[in-house]
Amino acid sequence: MEWNWDHAYAVLPQLGDGLIVTIQATIVASLLAYILGLGIAILKMSKSKLTRVLLHWVTEFVRRTPILVQLYVVFYVLPDFGIFLEAFTCGVIVLGIHFSTYTSEVFRAGIENVPKGQWEAAKSLNYNPLQTWKNVILPQAIPPMIPPLANYLITMFKETPLLAAITVVELFRAADQYSNSHYTYLEPMTLVGVFFLIVSIPSAMLAMKLEKKFKQAKTA
Amino acid sequence: MENIIQFENVSKSFGDLQVLNKLNLEVKDGEKLALIGPSGSGKTTILRILMTLETIDDGFVSVNGEYLWHEKNDGKIIPASENHLHKMRDHIGMVFQQFNLFPHLTAIENVQQPQTLIKKKTDAEAKEKAEELFHLVGLGDKKDQYPHQLSGGQQQRVAIARALAMDPKIMLFDEVTSALDPELVDEVLTVLRKLASDSDTTMLTVTHEMNFAREFADRVLFFDSGQIVESGKPESIFSNPTKKRTKEFLKKFINNVN
Repeated sequence: MEWNWDHAYAVLPQLGDGLIVTIQATIVASLLAYILGLGIAILKMSKSKLTRVLLHWVTEFVRRTPILVQLYVVFYVLPDFGIFLEAFTCGVIVLGIHFSTYTSEVFRAGIENVPKGQWEAAKSLNYNPLQTWKNVILPQAIPPMIPPLANYLITMFKETPLLAAITVVELFRAADQYSNSHYTYLEPMTLVGVFFLIVSIPSAMLAMKLEKKFKQAKTA
Repeated sequence: MENIIQFENVSKSFGDLQVLNKLNLEVKDGEKLALIGPSGSGKTTILRILMTLETIDDGFVSVNGEYLWHEKNDGKIIPASENHLHKMRDHIGMVFQQFNLFPHLTAIENVQQPQTLIKKKTDAEAKEKAEELFHLVGLGDKKDQYPHQLSGGQQQRVAIARALAMDPKIMLFDEVTSALDPELVDEVLTVLRKLASDSDTTMLTVTHEMNFAREFADRVLFFDSGQIVESGKPESIFSNPTKKRTKEFLKKFINNVN
């Protein structure tokens, strides 16, 4: 088997379209994972024990089952119950919900790391709960959360090929389609790998840099 | 003079530990009070109840002529709503043992932000007041530093300025020098002495600094096991304590007393 540049050039436009879908899926799914994760984290600190226990088991359940199975259930089983969703929508919802169970732990740890005295100081100055969150708690909680949240973003980016299983033509499936019709896997799959590396390596380096920067700020 | 603070039969427990046992306490407007006594005797809990950081189990607390933890609704007395507590907190300011400055804000921002957020002052008004207070606590040149760039004593003086900026009728000082290195204690106590002699604000301080309590206070309360064992003018408590428990407690501090 030899590398054939003709195949490599021919597949590029399709990979470009696929990469756009991959990036769109990553952005939408990560936004969902962040927003939902923050919501779960706040609800997990709720005074109601029922809420806390319920959320604990729901998040455990989501986290302990494979994403692929979740994708199949949402895409192929829900229609039996009259719920029809587009493949892309299904994909980002499943990916977003799955990773929200991880990001919620990042949010929870970040919020719990703000000392109790900060809440008490805010109360003693008569801040209402919204003012306390906005002006006191989140500005302290968010900076240390950024590196782990960035790492989850990269992981989600890397997991998007799973969406191929439910017919979403993202980067991997675009290559796969070319491979199937031209009987060559070498060029398309190599290029897919390269595309993923080109995006994820600089992102990972940036995340590491942020982590270092935060650690320095903390010890300063 | 009117009582600005009144505790009537107030009880408070943490689990099995009863920290206040049917406590009665009256504080006059403008009075400077020092609360002394062994650790765990309930002194700090009194301040925390007034700041609404701890609830009460039983009894009534009044501040400025109104119930703190209760309110009247159709002639009935019901537990206070968050709205009522919010209104009442306006009268009270507190300085904590651990300073609790906001680390992401500079010293002066710590003093300005509550004024603009809560007192609805303009940035210019808040800044003017903050600068005035920094001058008062002797930190004019440190106002743009972040808390971690300041010593403990300087941080605590910023915290005092921050509480004062809200113009509370009542100031609570909770062991404000306990977390400080010994050489930094004086700079904070000097500020407190100045405040006590210059202002009409009612002040309650929990302290283990007996010399300071003697100079600062109009009245000293000695606490033990959730009750006031003895109270009176500083001279009489420190020089002629009548109760055995007070004498025993003060003996431990004998080096600090004279």
